[in-house]
Amino acid sequence: MQPFISHTGIAVPLLRDDVNTDEVSPVQAMREMKPDYQKLLFMRTRAEQPDFVLNQPQFANPGILVTGHNFGAGSSREAAVWGMLANNIRVIVAKSFADIYRENCLQNGLLPVVLAPADADAFIARVVAVNGAAPFTVDLQSQRISGPGGPDISFDVPAADRIRLLEGLDDIGLTLKHTDAIAAWEQRTAASQPWLQQATDNRR
Amino acid sequence: MPRTLFDKIWEAHRVAQRADGRELIYIDRHVLHELHAPHAFEALEQQHRPVRRPDLTFSALDHTVATKPGRTDSTNPSGEAFIKAMREGSRKNKIHVFDLHDPDQGISHVVAPELGMVLPGATHAVPDSHASTVGGVGAMAFGVGTTELAHILATQVMAMKKPKSMLIRLDGRLGRHVTSKDVALRIIAEIGVSGARGHVVEYAGPAARAMPIEQRMTLCNLNIEMGGRSGFVPSDDATFQWLAGRPYAPKGATWDRALAHWRTLASDDGAAFDKTLALDCTGLEPQITWGTDPSQVLGISGRVPDPSSADGSRRAAMESALTYMGLKPGMALAGLPVNRVFIGSCTNARLPDLHAAADVVRGRKVAQGVVAMVVPGSSTVKREAEAAGLDRVFRDAGFFWGESGCSMCAGGNGDRGEPGERCVSTTNRNFENRQGPKVRTHLVSPETAAASAIAGRIADVRQIQAGSA
Repeated sequence: MQPFISHTGIAVPLLRDDVNTDEVSPVQAMREMKPDYQKLLFMRTRAEQPDFVLNQPQFANPGILVTGHNFGAGSSREAAVWGMLANNIRVIVAKSFADIYRENCLQNGLLPVVLAPADADAFIARVVAVNGAAPFTVDLQSQRISGPGGPDISFDVPAADRIRLLEGLDDIGLTLKHTDAIAAWEQRTAASQPWLQQATDNRR
Repeated sequence: MPRTLFDKIWEAHRVAQRADGRELIYIDRHVLHELHAPHAFEALEQQHRPVRRPDLTFSALDHTVATKPGRTDSTNPSGEAFIKAMREGSRKNKIHVFDLHDPDQGISHVVAPELGMVLPGATHAVPDSHASTVGGVGAMAFGVGTTELAHILATQVMAMKKPKSMLIRLDGRLGRHVTSKDVALRIIAEIGVSGARGHVVEYAGPAARAMPIEQRMTLCNLNIEMGGRSGFVPSDDATFQWLAGRPYAPKGATWDRALAHWRTLASDDGAAFDKTLALDCTGLEPQITWGTDPSQVLGISGRVPDPSSADGSRRAAMESALTYMGLKPGMALAGLPVNRVFIGSCTNARLPDLHAAADVVRGRKVAQGVVAMVVPGSSTVKREAEAAGLDRVFRDAGFFWGESGCSMCAGGNGDRGEPGERCVSTTNRNFENRQGPKVRTHLVSPETAAASAIAGRIADVRQIQAGSA
């Protein structure tokens, strides 16, 4: 996984709650095994709403998405993260994230940031005010957002997630260090609850 | 200290703690589908990593398969590459595929419990957000993305931070033609689409206990629509009876041992939950969504709310939903003309769902101009429905009777409505454009969908039934 240390880019205000993954990556855009993820992002909204924020020229090269509560609700489709990365959006600052979407971000080196409520409102006001004229920088080592319109804003990413992102750790590799424990669990369970460790069709 | 059932299942499956603090939770059953698994197979191949437990892993074909009778890999042209990649990746990794013409083919969340593959107190993962459907048999399931799917293939565990716990107690009794679908929609209306975010939900109380297993699956299916990480109804005698004799369920002495264990699977008295909700189901009427997220719900006799009564972002969301849905505040939904009716999906396409819909349809005709479809949740459901003559009931009334798959739930197989159509649907998401560009989706129970197909309008099934007697 590509490590995440720091990212500088234009912050795009998408000021709605509950933006769902059907909207982020429409299923109609996923008809090919390897679709164009850059085009797929908000494909329908971009096509139908000329004034949609990502259609506005000042946001033509986005870097950070700024949004409301429960971002990424709905389907578990990871294309909704891959579409962000294909557009160089490597940070999403939301008031909260849907569970599966946040996990998918962490798996792909996309930094999900949740600010304290007062900070979130202050940051949104600055993003709206600067309107794409200057970039913000999100630094994961110092856990700070810096940019136009005010002092740095600090945020908190749980240590486990932070280290994994900073080092770009291979998630499967981290788990495979525990292969012995997995094998021991399987052996114990095969004895204590054998029905869990076998799944066979009794008709065959 | 008293423990919740969630605590017990979690601890029983906890393998180790990783260096980054995440806990490794063993996944007893992993069921894949063709929309996402091919990418994970490819990633593993590039990493030269084998599948750890192909014997605990199964492949379903559901999202992209055509529903037309006589279907082949290419009936839905865009599905063919996914179906072939799924078959090939599964073969290489020695994973059993419930292939297009396999008698066990169907929607993963329908097939896994129907075969007795998921069991009480077991953990389950699917690369699909509706994984927790199998919570209806007391299993704890997680929906995952593609990279996590590859992780489970390689390790048979998920690396997680423990979610919080939530108890939803369902009191009272459901009235006639009121189902767990209506209960779930009411819960989502009460707590919102993120009301259970970060939580594993235990459904309890007399109304949950009284639900047949298939209705419990519908209830748990919609858990994700309020943001829940997982959800289940603890198993009981009804669960054990339902599972006994299913093809992958334990047999003989192993069954007896399993049963003795399953009887211990309950939350302790006095166990504390991070969040609780109680809902009295007595007097609940059939529910229907009016808007574009599953929390925008009305009783069937209700009237569309006025956004001016809401504040801030909620008001904007309501206004946008009204525009998309072609509705005005104060309108009654009952009586609105419908263009399309879909009965299907992992939410509501098990045999009792089809029986309930057929009971409403029997001897009647679909209203002129309405396109009505029934797509069974699995090929087994389809066979059993046909043995009971339900296909004739639907076909005689003018319904399309399809082969099993996800179909119009998300339209991944090309089944979808036309722009501007009003569609009454037994599925789980009424998001904009989900069932086709500009399609206006109203989520309901199978009974309400059937009644609406007959009436040609959004209908209160209780009135239709009364009128026919």
